[in-house]
Amino acid sequence: MASDVSISAAPSASASASGMAGSEKAALAILVAVLAVAPFLIYPFFLMQALCFALFACAFNLLVGYVGLLSFGHAMFLGGAGYVTAHAAKVWGLSPELAIVFGIATSAFLGLVVGALAIRRQGIYFTMITLALAQMVFFLCLQAPFTHGEDGIQSVPQGRLFGFIDLSHQMTLYWVVVAVFLGAFLLIHRTINSPFGEILKAIRENEPRAISLGYRTERYKLAAFVMSAALTGLAGGLKAIVAQNASLTDVHWAMSGEVVLMTLVGGLGTIFGPVVGAVTIVAMQNYLAGLGSWVTVIQGAIFVICVLTFRRGIVGEIARAIGKPL
Amino acid sequence: MFGISTQALFGQLLLGLINGSFYALLCLGLAVIFGLLNIINFAHGALYMMGAFVAYLIGAHLGLDYWAALIVAPLIVGAFGMVIERTMLKMLTGLDHLYGLLLTFGLALIIQGVFLNFYGSSGMPYQIPPALTGGQNLGFMFLPNYRAWVVCFSLVTCLATWFVIERTKLGSYLRAATENPNLVRAFGINVPRMVTLTYGFGVALAALAGVLSAPINQVRPMMGADLIIVVFAVVVIGGMGSIMGSIVTGFALGLVEGLTKVFYPEASNTVVFVIMAIVLLVKPAGLFGRNA
Repeated sequence: MASDVSISAAPSASASASGMAGSEKAALAILVAVLAVAPFLIYPFFLMQALCFALFACAFNLLVGYVGLLSFGHAMFLGGAGYVTAHAAKVWGLSPELAIVFGIATSAFLGLVVGALAIRRQGIYFTMITLALAQMVFFLCLQAPFTHGEDGIQSVPQGRLFGFIDLSHQMTLYWVVVAVFLGAFLLIHRTINSPFGEILKAIRENEPRAISLGYRTERYKLAAFVMSAALTGLAGGLKAIVAQNASLTDVHWAMSGEVVLMTLVGGLGTIFGPVVGAVTIVAMQNYLAGLGSWVTVIQGAIFVICVLTFRRGIVGEIARAIGKPL
Repeated sequence: MFGISTQALFGQLLLGLINGSFYALLCLGLAVIFGLLNIINFAHGALYMMGAFVAYLIGAHLGLDYWAALIVAPLIVGAFGMVIERTMLKMLTGLDHLYGLLLTFGLALIIQGVFLNFYGSSGMPYQIPPALTGGQNLGFMFLPNYRAWVVCFSLVTCLATWFVIERTKLGSYLRAATENPNLVRAFGINVPRMVTLTYGFGVALAALAGVLSAPINQVRPMMGADLIIVVFAVVVIGGMGSIMGSIVTGFALGLVEGLTKVFYPEASNTVVFVIMAIVLLVKPAGLFGRNA
C-alpha cells in the first residue's frame, strides 16, 4: 500500500543532525521557564503527575511518531515498572533511585520480549499484538501476590535520593522530577536527531527501501521499542514514587489508550507535542473529575475529533503555522 | 481422568464452545470489515454490548421478546454502524490504517461511556426465552437447552456467512472489491454502497453475538471491552485472510480456553495470549494468514 499517508504527518525536522533548531531552543526555554515558575502557582503534586505522564507520552511518541509503530500496550511498561519500583522501595527497602532502576530494567526486559514478538507483524497487527500482550500482563498483575490485586501497593516510601536528598519534601521531589524529565526529554531529542534516529525515520517513511539500503530494520525497530519501553519504565517508576502507590489502573488498557490520546492531541511526531498533550489531558481529567464517566465520553469524542479534523495536533498545527519544527 | 469429573470437563468444554462461538462471530465481522475497509474495528466490542442492550431495552420498554430481539437488535445496531461508516469512517479513505483504529477506539469509549452513565457498571439480567429453558440429561453431562441453541445458531450463522461470501455472486463481488475496489467500480458496481453495507453487516454480526450472550452473561456496559482484546488475539492467531480460518480459530480457542479452566484455571485468562505468542514465533503470518 504505497499510497498510504504516513501516520505522522508532521514536517520532518530540518534541524542540523545534532543540534536543536532555533524554534526548538525557544520552545525548550519556554518549557524550562514554565517549569521553574509553575510550582509557585499550581499545586506541585499535579505538576509532578503531569510531568510523569509527559515523559510517558514522549517515550511513546518515540515509537509511534518516529518509527511509525503504534503500540496499544504501553500501559504494561508504565504499570509494570510502577509495581516493581513500589515493591523494591517498600518491601526491599531500596533507595528511590535503585528502585526506579529496577523498574526501568523490568520494563526494558519486558519491552525486549514484547517487541521481539510484535515486530514479527506489521501495521495493524503490531498494534493488536501489543494490546493483547499488555492485557496478558494486566492479568498477571491481577493475579500475582506481590501486586496485591485490586488494592495495589499503597504508601510507598519516597525515601532519600542517593541517601541524602529527602524526597518526602514536596518541593525537593518536584525539582528532582523536573530534572529527570528534562534529562529524559533531551535524551529522546538527541536520539531522534542522531544517525540512529534518521534510520528510524527512514523505516517509518519506507521500510522496504530501508531494507534495500542494507539496514536490518527489525533490529532498529526492536532497539527503538526497548528504548521506548525503558523510558516508559522511568516514567512509571517516577510516578510510583511521586504518587506513593502502584495500582491496576496503570496497567489497564485504558491507560494505553490515554497515552495515545495525549500524543495525538499534542501532535504525533513532534518533539513538544506529547508534553503539551499530556498536560492538556491530565488537566482535563483533573478539572472534569466531578463528571464521572462522562470523562470517558469526552476523551472518546476528542479521539474522534482529532482523527477526523485535527490530525497534526496542537503542536503540529503551531509548527505548521510558523513553518518551523517543534 | 486426572481426577476431574467428566461432568466438570464437559461443562467447561461447553462453556468454551459458547465463548468460542462469540469469538467466531466477532472475528468474522472484524475480518469482513478489514477485508473491504482496511480498518480494524475497535468499536466491535462496544457494538456487541450495544446489541445486548438493545435486546434488553426493547424487551423492557416495547415488550419485544428474545426472538424479535434476535432480528431487531442486529438491524438497529447495523444501521447505527452504517451511519458511522457514512459520516466518519468514510473520511479516512487514503489515510494510514491506524487512524481507523484510533477513530473506532474513540467511538468505543463514547458508546461505553454513555451506557455506563445511564445504566451503571452492574449487570442487568436478561431472561432465557421460555422455549429454551430447561435442558437435556445426556448421561455424562447436563446440557442446558439455551447453551446448545447458542452454539448451533452461531455455527449456522458463521457457515451461512462463509457460504454467502465464498459461494455466491454477491460474495464474489465482495471478494473482488477486497482485491481491487477501483476495478470493481469500473464494472459498474456501487462499491461505496457495498462498503457501507459490509460495515453494517459486520457490526450486525457483533450485535447478534451480543443478543445471544445476553441471557448467559449479564447485560453490562463493559461486557465487550475485555472481550474485544481476546478477539484481537484470536484474529492475530488466525490471520484475517480466510473466512473459514476466522470461524475455526474462534471456536478452537474457545475450546482451548475451556480446557484450561479445567486443568489450570489460573491461566484461563491468559492462555489465548500465550498461544498468540507461540503462533507469532512459529508462524508469524497466523495459522490461516497469507503473508501481509
